[in-house]
Amino acid sequence: MANSEGLHEAAELLRPETIDRHRAFTSLQEELEAADWYDQRVDATTDPDLGAILAHNRDEEKEHAMMLLEWLRRHDPTLDGHMRTYLFTEGAITEIEAEAEGRGSEGGGLGIGSVKDGPEGEGGRS
Amino acid sequence: MNHLLREHAPITSEAWEQIDAEARQRLSPALAGRKLVDFSGPHGWRHSATDLGRSAPLAGAGNGLVARQRRVMPLVELRAPFTVSQDELRDAGRGAVDIDLGSLDEASRHVAHAENVAVFHGWEEAGLSGIAGSSPHPPASLGSSYAEYPFRVAKAVETLMTAGISGPYGLALGPDGYTGVVETTEHGGLVVFDHLRQILGGPIVWAPGLRGAVVVSLRGGDFVFECGQDLSIGYDHHDEQQVHLYLEESFSFRAVTPEAAIALNP
Repeated sequence: MANSEGLHEAAELLRPETIDRHRAFTSLQEELEAADWYDQRVDATTDPDLGAILAHNRDEEKEHAMMLLEWLRRHDPTLDGHMRTYLFTEGAITEIEAEAEGRGSEGGGLGIGSVKDGPEGEGGRS
Repeated sequence: MNHLLREHAPITSEAWEQIDAEARQRLSPALAGRKLVDFSGPHGWRHSATDLGRSAPLAGAGNGLVARQRRVMPLVELRAPFTVSQDELRDAGRGAVDIDLGSLDEASRHVAHAENVAVFHGWEEAGLSGIAGSSPHPPASLGSSYAEYPFRVAKAVETLMTAGISGPYGLALGPDGYTGVVETTEHGGLVVFDHLRQILGGPIVWAPGLRGAVVVSLRGGDFVFECGQDLSIGYDHHDEQQVHLYLEESFSFRAVTPEAAIALNP
């Protein structure tokens, strides 16, 4: 099964949503690798027309990557939380981490945050 | 040191761990609103208001100038004082792991109850509209018996689907309703709780403070609980017998897509 080539555990032990996220993670990895490859080819080529095509293709891969990232965000509450903390911010990224942690348990907070689960999450029946 | 002043409390780090763990244990199951809506934050204690992206005309600029003023939703600060006995804290220092935190338990119940009420029913004095009150769908009825719940909830889900609101859906139930659906079996032996899960495709949550029930779409982006300071424990003062602490948070709540939920009245 081509889609499970990168699985590290037997597919029958994995939940369907885990396998779907694996598909998305793998696709995201491929899109970013492609963008990197195109980036280097744009630098290397001496033909301006070819360079323009490669740059166009590279930027398309970036769009694909972001679509996948957004899908992952919607299906991974922890990733969603980290993205809300770090993306579209300014200043030193490590300071954002310190500030975020300061708002959590180290700052006197209980670190409860979101307890929203997915459709079949364990937290539903509580 | 931040405004919680925990470092000033005569409490060892081991005792703080017990206090924090007890609060987490009491609060997490009861914060029903957070289980169904989007959570934004925590943005910190200094975060004062939620941006609404709206403005209103403003008079008085003069000289033909046009002025508008941005509208924001101020955050609510919610605080529940509680005490811990100095004797109990001394026992914690001796290694006791079962210190009496009854006052904290009561404070936790009150905070979770208030947060749920704000999310589901709103808080008029705070300018918050809850999920049930802001829904444009006429409230449905839960019927007269728990065995009817699957039919009633299925109708509520159908109402949302007809309005173009996709699932999965979650169901919040007040404590009595939750216990009822867990204990009730339909004809054929199917437990009502399990039948409801099949209809919803999402969780059923126990919601202290909720009157009746609410069916909410879990697709995301419809309801936002915005947190300034997330639930934290701070120090107020102490005397010979007691250490006075408090449980505190700041938040706002808004229904971005009010039609993504429907209330069911008992």
